[in-house]
Amino acid sequence: MNPKDLASYATNTWCPGCGNFSILSAIRSVLAQLDQEGYPVEDVVLVSGIGCHAKIVDYLNVNSFYSIHGRTLPVATGIKLANPDLKVICFSGDGDSLAEGLDHLIFAAKRNIDVTLILHDNRVYGLTTGQFTPTSPPGFKGKSTPLGTEELPMNPPELMLASGATYIARGYTHGIDLLQKLFKEAILHQGFSFVDVLQVCVTFFNLYESYNQRTYEVKDNDTSSFDEALKIARSWNYDDHEARIPLGKFYQVDAPTFDRTFPGFEIRDVDRDSRIKEVLEGLI
Amino acid sequence: MSQKMSPPIQKDPQKRAASMRVVEGSYAVAHAVMCSMPDVISAYPITPQTHIVEHLSQMVADGATDAEFLTVDSEFSALSVLVGSSAMGGRSYSSTTSQGLALMYEVLYNVSGMRLPVVMTVANRAMGAPLNIWNDHQDSIGARDVGWIQLYVENVQEAMDATPQAYKIAEDLDIRTPVMVCMDGFILTHVYEPVELLDKERVRSFLPPYRPEHILDPANPYTFGAFADPSTYTEFRYQQCEAMVKSMAKIEKAASEFQEIFGRYYGGLIDTYRTDDAEVIIIAMGSVVGTIKDAIDQMRAAGKRVGLVKIRSYRPFPVKALKDALKNAQVIAVLEKDVSVGYEAGLTTDLKAAFYNSNLRMPIVGFSAGLGGRDITIHDIERLVQKAEAARAGIESEFEFLTLRKEIL
Ligand SMILES: Cc1ncc(C[n+]2csc(CCOP(=O)(O)OP(=O)(O)O)c2C)c(N)n1
Ligand code: SF4
Ligand SMILES: [Mg+2]
Repeated sequence: MNPKDLASYATNTWCPGCGNFSILSAIRSVLAQLDQEGYPVEDVVLVSGIGCHAKIVDYLNVNSFYSIHGRTLPVATGIKLANPDLKVICFSGDGDSLAEGLDHLIFAAKRNIDVTLILHDNRVYGLTTGQFTPTSPPGFKGKSTPLGTEELPMNPPELMLASGATYIARGYTHGIDLLQKLFKEAILHQGFSFVDVLQVCVTFFNLYESYNQRTYEVKDNDTSSFDEALKIARSWNYDDHEARIPLGKFYQVDAPTFDRTFPGFEIRDVDRDSRIKEVLEGLI
Repeated sequence: MSQKMSPPIQKDPQKRAASMRVVEGSYAVAHAVMCSMPDVISAYPITPQTHIVEHLSQMVADGATDAEFLTVDSEFSALSVLVGSSAMGGRSYSSTTSQGLALMYEVLYNVSGMRLPVVMTVANRAMGAPLNIWNDHQDSIGARDVGWIQLYVENVQEAMDATPQAYKIAEDLDIRTPVMVCMDGFILTHVYEPVELLDKERVRSFLPPYRPEHILDPANPYTFGAFADPSTYTEFRYQQCEAMVKSMAKIEKAASEFQEIFGRYYGGLIDTYRTDDAEVIIIAMGSVVGTIKDAIDQMRAAGKRVGLVKIRSYRPFPVKALKDALKNAQVIAVLEKDVSVGYEAGLTTDLKAAFYNSNLRMPIVGFSAGLGGRDITIHDIERLVQKAEAARAGIESEFEFLTLRKEIL
């Protein structure tokens, strides 16, 4: 399959220069590759929240579900539990998953459900035109905070480590090769995988210059070490204007996944009719 | 209280026009909130409410009001914050719409059950799915039973003026009931209209400071939100219903007191337009009322005796005022921007219920239109009147979708 085959007919309404285009292009390549490697695109379901990020599902000719704001992960969880053989990939925003739907993000990590969450972390509510979010830095002058927000930002990779996610990475929309690599790893990972993508919103919070100067790719890190991952995650707190910003895979470990340990999962492999007969006979 | 004298009401229409300013609907509402001197504002952005709170945040930043402004993580938090601030005795404000209002549902009951006089602007918008950001009334009509007073406004000026009125009604110690001021999303929130901006000093003379009887106070402890077992729960609800009944007079009073000070009036519980000799009377709420008035003028010019009753207060439902206004109609046509999937729609069924045990026996037919932002044109209103006239000879359909596109079904 050619990535072009995955384009839909919908007109793209993202602003020119928006980082979302890189995410779209990366995921298209990855899905096309996976299709060739034995993971047919028919077995993929995309789930989005509500926001600029969510439009990505309109632009991909793949089964998708547009959920309501903040509820990306509960829908994805339901889809995965109903059919654990599907690859479920969520596209969510920093408002969507870190504000409105934060509880779901923590629970998805805690349960280690085998779905992937790609966070379009533009550090602003894009669709509602430029208010601050949980990852905006203090002092951010959004439309709802003309004097600058005073709150400290969240650190999503650190939060995910603490919550039990088993794959954690950070990408940047000016680095499409790395994005492709991380997306592919995350999708193939068994368990909850989280990719924080520094997605630049050119219209309301253009951080290209700052990110271009400060991002670097972590290499040779021990991704099985919680402590090392925590150290990397904490080396930039989404506030510090000097610190370098690590990109790449921070953490990956194996752990039982919720969809495989969920009570009732096994029932799919047994002969339901004889089980029911057995139960009924037991009643007589 | 300030000693500054309020400027006198300008009665001369020409001079009055000169004092008008063209502002966005959302700005007008934010300005009214600012003039009402809230202590705490809390909200989460959602189209088409966003501009209201953005204007407010700017006013807070500019020092036009010393309210605390909280930008929170969800609508659920926004209204929950106000439960706390209102219980502390602070005048509290929020604004939302559609999905945001739905997410507040649990807290809506909390606010009303604890008798906290919060005021909230609902920038009416359709409910998903399917996802839609345009105007209809499904969101607030769906929250009909949550124990909030619901006022629907017709234009930007009324949206602004209804805000201090809402506080006055809500905070009245006989009422102590939260108020939603419902204004049509986009149609009113995003339109620029000439308005007379409220004056803070004059609002102060209309709206006294909030002086609640029961607040959280370490010197005199109370518990809010406590358990009520079957031996007392009913009485809590009963008292809320009583307060709603009493609020009808207060809504009328707030409207007329407002008129005395500001010279503007939009009706109390309801308003009427050319109903005196009307055979067909249309009932509606919100901005569509403006279009209906234009349609009526045209139809009147062509000799049709058509009138309008605009409902300002949907909860409490003004049964007596409606019966008085409608008693001479030959047929009543309800036009509403919502639907109760499974049985007609809110206003239609409420009105029929109100008339059932009475001697009023004219046909009442209901129409749903304008869902998800579809335009309602003068032509649509003429069709509605034709259908209503036909119902005088016998009702064929009690309720229908007025502007259904059958070709895409
Ligand atoms: C319950 C609810 N509240 C608010 C909204 C309005 N809303 C739509 S998108 C959005 C924020 C989007 O921000 P983010 O998730 O960061 O996505 P982005 O647009 O930045 O990609 C909000 C608040 C909504 N749709 N539903
Ligand atoms: S507003 Fe920002 S995030 Fe949304 S499309 Fe434009 S650039 Fe992208
Ligand atoms: Mg965002």
